[in-house]
Amino acid sequence: MTTASVRRNGRRGMFYWQLAFTLLICLFMIVPVVMSVTAGLTENYFVGLSSGLTTRWLVEVWNLYAQSIWLSIYLALSCLGVTLVLGIPAAYGLLKSQKRWASLVEELLLMPVAVPGLATALALLLAYGGFRGFRSSWLFILVGHVLFTLPFMIRPVLAVMQSINVVKLEEAASSLGARPVQRFLSVVLPNCTSGILAGALMVLTLSVGEFNITWMLHTPLTKTLPVGLADSYASMRLEVGSAYTLIFLMMILPFLIVVQWLGQVMTRKASARVS
Amino acid sequence: MATNIVRNENSNRPATAPISLRLRHCGRTFPGTRGSHAPHVALQPLDLDVEPGETLVLLGPSGCGKTTTLRIISGLEQPDIGGQVWFGEEDVTQLPIEKRDVGMVFQNYALFPNMNVEANIAYGLRIRGLSPDDIRRRVGEMVDMVHLNGLERRPVHELSGGQKQRVALARALAVRPRVLLFDEPLAALDAKLRDRLRVDIGQLLRSLGITSVYVTHDQAEAMALGDRIAVMENGRIAQLGTPREIYHHPGSAFVADFIGSVNRLEIKGAEEGQLMVAGGRLSVARYHGASVLYCRPEDIEVCPVTQAAITGRVLQTFFLGQSQRLFVDTGAETPLQVESPSREQWLPGQTIGLSIAEEALFSIADAQ
Repeated sequence: MTTASVRRNGRRGMFYWQLAFTLLICLFMIVPVVMSVTAGLTENYFVGLSSGLTTRWLVEVWNLYAQSIWLSIYLALSCLGVTLVLGIPAAYGLLKSQKRWASLVEELLLMPVAVPGLATALALLLAYGGFRGFRSSWLFILVGHVLFTLPFMIRPVLAVMQSINVVKLEEAASSLGARPVQRFLSVVLPNCTSGILAGALMVLTLSVGEFNITWMLHTPLTKTLPVGLADSYASMRLEVGSAYTLIFLMMILPFLIVVQWLGQVMTRKASARVS
Repeated sequence: MATNIVRNENSNRPATAPISLRLRHCGRTFPGTRGSHAPHVALQPLDLDVEPGETLVLLGPSGCGKTTTLRIISGLEQPDIGGQVWFGEEDVTQLPIEKRDVGMVFQNYALFPNMNVEANIAYGLRIRGLSPDDIRRRVGEMVDMVHLNGLERRPVHELSGGQKQRVALARALAVRPRVLLFDEPLAALDAKLRDRLRVDIGQLLRSLGITSVYVTHDQAEAMALGDRIAVMENGRIAQLGTPREIYHHPGSAFVADFIGSVNRLEIKGAEEGQLMVAGGRLSVARYHGASVLYCRPEDIEVCPVTQAAITGRVLQTFFLGQSQRLFVDTGAETPLQVESPSREQWLPGQTIGLSIAEEALFSIADAQ
């Protein structure tokens, strides 16, 4: 054997080791998901798969928690709307002000992420719990979600704005006669789509999965998916809780895929735009 | 104000007569930033007149105030209280940039990444609400003008630096601006491309006859493109004149040194109508009483030692291709720089003779 073929064989051996290791890690992470999903589909988890497969638990979960599911979706989309409306101008403002307080504001925005959700929720309850109508509506939870997710919108948008030098692009647009609103819509926004979509993805997923703040703020009528999940695990049979997980996965996966796909389409469209 | 509204609605107007551009008492002071709290004077209050159709180059090292001046003209920056900007007979000081009808070309192109070549060029026309037919026609003209045919549908990120700057130029010219402004447009390009684009821009400016202000720190660019050059230093204009005036009659040691290379000859005394300098004597009728004279390297000729006004020893030679630069030790503090034809061979250590024509010598008023 020549040294070259020894080296080649060595490299191939290395490759299989790496592959095996990667697969092992994947298995380690996927097995719990698979077990949870199968638990939600088996007749009796303690007897095992031999008891037979059923969609009975799914139906039961749907009947019990459909409202929570809709609320979660509604809440996530509202949260996205609010963070878009607040976050993009905020990123733009932070970009434009080179002042010292700009970085202070950025750090302040991150506070709700660093502080435990329970503390944020408690503060909200102390401050606004007295307004009964507000306290018992889903808007109260929305406020908590927005507080928590806003930095995840601002950061990627700000990063993109900095990387494509939005200030210079705007100067060019203004020299060509574009008024502030026109250049924001025609130059700033379209060139920040990648950051906006990355932010949107984070906001949606974080809002759908948020538990800490929501758990403190929810009322029996404003229960979101994760809160319902905790509820079902605590008070019902394991199969129901697992079926709940399955529904949760079925909700969130298409959501993520659609957003990802949208991102690709938008970027392609943006780069091929002709008027 | 009324004239302005008409102009904006009627951007399809035929190329109108070029306008003059005047700055009156335009200064710019920036408030103290972090670290230093003293306000920073970027620009001393200055007056500046650009004739209709003229190309004025603002030339100087970084931080001299040339870009600030350009930004004040464009409207991106406001002059300090009391400053005025006039486009022709219109005081535009209070107008934001989008109402000034300027065209700008930036160092880093600033093309819109979300649009292709065509859409970039069409941007200003769309903003002005021209009809699709007019836009198509005007974009076609611009594409021809800057030789970008065939690239109309290219995304801008697929273009080379030179092509990008052509698109930027076409985009700025498409709206038929009253004043064209360049902010170091060639600084980001490599040498070969820079030379080519410089020639193209020069031809374009001459043929369009549009009032332009061109900022650069490159003296070759300034001399090639400027009808006049304003050399700036520390927030003020050090000298304003044609390229020839600036080069051959610099008004200050700073200008002489910034534009090209210059030799400094200290006069040690006068004798029988000749000026004594390090390494020899100069036969000149003028300049008696001057303590320092200057001359350009290309104005010194190498000649046989017997006929030489000055003799010196070659320290070093640098071959430049079209010529060579000799550093000659004449006993003065700094060696003389001499430009000599590139086919002649000089060896370090060799003693050579130098002669300088009288008309090549100049003195500078502020020099000591």
